[in-house]
Amino acid sequence: MSATTFFKSSRRGRIREPFGDRVFLVIVVIMLAIVLALVLLPLIYIVASSFSSASAVSAGQVSFWPVDFSLRAYEEALRNPQLLMGYYNSLIYAVAGTLISLTLTVAIAYPLSRKRFFGRNVLMTGLLFTMLFSGGLIPTYMVVQDLGLLNTRWSLLIPNAIGVWQVIIARTFFANLPDELHEAATLDGAGELRYLWSVVLPLSKPLLAVLALMYTIAQWNTYFDALIYLKDPDLYPLQIVLRNMLILGQGSGGAVDLAQQMEQQQLANVLKYALIVVSSLPVLIMYPFVARHFTKGVMVGAVKG
Amino acid sequence: MSQVTTTERPSAPVPADGDRPAPAGFWRGRWDEARRSWRRHWQLYLLVIVPVAYFVIFKYVPISNAVIAFKNYNIIDGPWGSEWVGFEHFERFFANPVFGTLLKNTFMLAFYLVLASFPIPILLALALNEIRGGWFKRTVQLVTYAPYFISTVVVVSMTILILSPRLGIVNDAIGLFGIPAIDFLGDPDYFRHIYVWSDVWQTTGYSAVIYMAALAGIDPALHEAAKIDGAGRMQRIWHVDLPGIMPTAVIILILGVGNLMAIGFEKAYLLQNNLNLEQSEIIATYVYKTGLVNADFSMATAVGLFNSVVNLCLLLFVNFAAKRITGKGLWG
Repeated sequence: MSATTFFKSSRRGRIREPFGDRVFLVIVVIMLAIVLALVLLPLIYIVASSFSSASAVSAGQVSFWPVDFSLRAYEEALRNPQLLMGYYNSLIYAVAGTLISLTLTVAIAYPLSRKRFFGRNVLMTGLLFTMLFSGGLIPTYMVVQDLGLLNTRWSLLIPNAIGVWQVIIARTFFANLPDELHEAATLDGAGELRYLWSVVLPLSKPLLAVLALMYTIAQWNTYFDALIYLKDPDLYPLQIVLRNMLILGQGSGGAVDLAQQMEQQQLANVLKYALIVVSSLPVLIMYPFVARHFTKGVMVGAVKG
Repeated sequence: MSQVTTTERPSAPVPADGDRPAPAGFWRGRWDEARRSWRRHWQLYLLVIVPVAYFVIFKYVPISNAVIAFKNYNIIDGPWGSEWVGFEHFERFFANPVFGTLLKNTFMLAFYLVLASFPIPILLALALNEIRGGWFKRTVQLVTYAPYFISTVVVVSMTILILSPRLGIVNDAIGLFGIPAIDFLGDPDYFRHIYVWSDVWQTTGYSAVIYMAALAGIDPALHEAAKIDGAGRMQRIWHVDLPGIMPTAVIILILGVGNLMAIGFEKAYLLQNNLNLEQSEIIATYVYKTGLVNADFSMATAVGLFNSVVNLCLLLFVNFAAKRITGKGLWG
């Protein structure tokens, strides 16, 4: 395959482009290839290191291909109780959080999309205002404290349950459904709730998928709420566990003698690479399948926002 | 958003009280409208109760709690019962030598971030738009988009590992040229570069998507016409593509500059260590430390409130300026 196949309007039967344009295109392709390499290389380096032996990593021998192929780091990672606990907790937070967020988002976005809903402009302004101005960290913390949510799983599920951006996306989607549907359903005697449940939601599967994705990924990736609201290590989500092990460097066991200590130190090094891969894997595996939907969601928001 | 309001009015039946004086009739009409809407659509109001309660409790109560910035907060008296001290906390903060440093660090970091992360996605989108759809284009899009889905904790860990002075691959590479290893994370002068460029690495593909959509929306006839007039690719980018994505770019820039001071806590806190604190301490991390580590609620709230107000003013100002210059702002 020659390089020209990438280029627009260089198909057979067309007039060839001027020389200057062809040079320009070659430069564009080279630049894109460089961008591709810049994004990929760090990822490849991490993956290559994670499959290398502990001593090779500690000697700094690994670049973009595993040296001394070994699965030791993964065995160690999957046996780590903190990591497993974090994984388990994050799964709970992601599933429960997404369900709560999705329900509440639909519950406010649907009425906001109905033209006959009196006060919807006041309500929408009230929502948009929270995007511009917030009480801040401590005043919010005080509310969570007063409600007795500190150090409970609820503290990660409730305080950030609804995203205004997501409400805008959902409202735009609902508002674009044809009015005739609503008229027909009303003539058949359906109330608003019945109409929402039996007509709107079945038609909104793409929307619900996008919102669910956004909320799930946000829950999976955030650590801030857990940092400020949780004290009990048994409740820690994955990201806090990762922060403790990767950035603060805690969690290595007690060593008996020097040789053992060195081995443990080396293992701790390569373990970091494996942890990065293991923790990002679920999201990155899901990603190619959902990227298209995600893009659509960003678009919906962009058109109206 | 506001156009919708004007189109909905005619659909609601006008109450027959035209002979009353205008203001009273207006309110009476609104009241009737509200009652009718309530009777017919009570189910809608039922739906919004819980979400509205959420916004009141978790967004508006905190705003009222922020009153403790002007008080000496103690738990027993609560936010409203505590003793007023006026602007004492603000004055103390402004007089503190750390104030200048915080403001400078926050502003420089955020400004640098916008400066780098605004044009690069546009360039990527323009470049991708020039080549024909095929595996190469799809691969570039898929790969550049992927880092957006990686968590901040992981991106920061990767950054630390890659830049590590002993084992990191960057120091290996510059070692080949005989340059001694650099402790990037331990040197305050590198902090902003690390923060900004790792962010560019993570978000460029994602941000380019919006511009790709804007480019796809440009009328192909414009390109054809330009081609017939003899415009080369560069000229078509300059005269057709760029004007086509300008409205989108303006909105993104307003949001970016308008949210300068709202730069997040998460990443700065993770990249921070005692060695680079001099440039890595920003307002958000300072609020966290003052409020939750040192438990000085009033002071932390005052600093946070100062930040929010500055940010809001900035956003309104930028929006106003953009409206004057381009005729387009955030709100129509």
